[in-house]
Amino acid sequence: MTEIPEHLLKRAQAARDKAAAESASEPAAAEAAAATPADSRIPAHLLERSRAAKSKSSGETDAPGGGVAVQDKVAAVVAATPSGGGVPVGAGPGGHTQRLLTVVKSGSIQDVKAQPVDKVHTWPHLLAAEFVAALACTAFTFLFSIWVNAPLLQHSNPNQTPNPSKAPWYFLGLQELLTMFHPMVAGVTIPGVGLIVLIFAPYIDKNPSNKPEDRKFAISLMTVHFMFWSVLVMIGSFFRGPGFNFTLPWRDGLFFEL
Amino acid sequence: MAKIIDDTPKPTAKERVQQAVDGVQGGQVWSSIFRPGSIFRKGYSDSPRNRSYVIMNSVLYHLHPVKVKRHAVKVSYTLCLGGLSFFLFILLTVTGIFLMFFYRPEATAAWDDISNLQTSVTFGLLVRNMHRWGAHLMVLSVFLHMARVFYHGAYKPPREFNWVIGVILLKLTLLLSFTGYLLPWDQLALWAVAVGTNMMGYTPVFGQDVRFVLLGGAEIGSETLLRWYVLHVLFFPFIIVIFMAIHFWRVRKDGGISGPL
Repeated sequence: MTEIPEHLLKRAQAARDKAAAESASEPAAAEAAAATPADSRIPAHLLERSRAAKSKSSGETDAPGGGVAVQDKVAAVVAATPSGGGVPVGAGPGGHTQRLLTVVKSGSIQDVKAQPVDKVHTWPHLLAAEFVAALACTAFTFLFSIWVNAPLLQHSNPNQTPNPSKAPWYFLGLQELLTMFHPMVAGVTIPGVGLIVLIFAPYIDKNPSNKPEDRKFAISLMTVHFMFWSVLVMIGSFFRGPGFNFTLPWRDGLFFEL
Repeated sequence: MAKIIDDTPKPTAKERVQQAVDGVQGGQVWSSIFRPGSIFRKGYSDSPRNRSYVIMNSVLYHLHPVKVKRHAVKVSYTLCLGGLSFFLFILLTVTGIFLMFFYRPEATAAWDDISNLQTSVTFGLLVRNMHRWGAHLMVLSVFLHMARVFYHGAYKPPREFNWVIGVILLKLTLLLSFTGYLLPWDQLALWAVAVGTNMMGYTPVFGQDVRFVLLGGAEIGSETLLRWYVLHVLFFPFIIVIFMAIHFWRVRKDGGISGPL
């Protein structure tokens, strides 16, 4: 059963008290309401018509089902007394006949999904920012390309292996691993497992919070992971010279092409 | 002698221009190009309704909703990395199409074409530089985008699947970059790809077979160049565009970008 809010209960109680006080001062009021239909809010001509219909139907048949007089029903409701006191339960202070049956709170049967969100128009707030970012990106690429040329070494020669031979920079971490492990481990197993773990990260990490303070383990793990690869890539890029041996770039120069 | 006095003033140049503009904008051609409600049809003055129309009546509606969460437009949250990755892809497509006009994927011609492009073609060197640096930048921005998403916990429900798509996009970006690496056909290209594909050959069971198919032989040669060219200019762009479409669609379906921390 739905709980009726307290303020409505209070209001109903106040109305009941008031009605009790009125009926105490005029004890005949309830009986009068039942006896004289003049007090009823139903227009006189309708009452007249229903009374006529009632007398006609009671005159013809004794069946009470057919034409039940409206006035009787209303009078019965109005006159009905609750078991507790002498106050008509249906009649409000003004003689109203409606009753509060139940209060359905919106939350109990409706699942309100759309919470109000603070939103702004995409134009201009987002598009302007995107446009500026794209412009800055183009300008940077353009200027960088004016000042720095892309490398074009000698024509490829399968018979002459450059020393050192390096993969593109994003694979240099793997090439660095190759110096430590069997190619099967360094080139396949480690990156393969890494990739699978990366893909399934959302299904492995069950922690629902996105607050950094709740995700210390996940953040530490990923940061260590990123650092591991960054360090490997940097070593492979800048600290590996002829024969892929360790060098110092400030001593032996760079062996690195982008 | 009677003089006919024409009191009506002659239209000024400004009025004539206005008339011509009205004529074009009222015509069938113009109204067939721009949708009803488009700002190019009815003009733009700043109002909430017109701000909505800018998105609603343009192709941008495929990418952006009319409104976004207020925190989502903070540059300090996204650093624009996802958008910049996409923009770099467009930049690379444009510059790449330019390069295709001057390049033949044959072992005898490729290096000479690049060399001629740099020395004889107007803006050839500049466009090649932009393509190269843009490619490295895109690998970097896609990677940083992934790091950003991770540190914000933005891969958590309901965005798990979009993270998976994102990792696939990262791999495709690397593959695009790697296949493009071979195309200049210089010593750097040949030997970088040799190192990379040798590593791949160690994959158990099918490693050697995959390597053979990708190289079009046991060693890198003219066939490899043609294959990687097709992979680079058609195959991988086609695949990555499909995955990007799913990625962007899911961003909106999963309720826009992730909430504030």
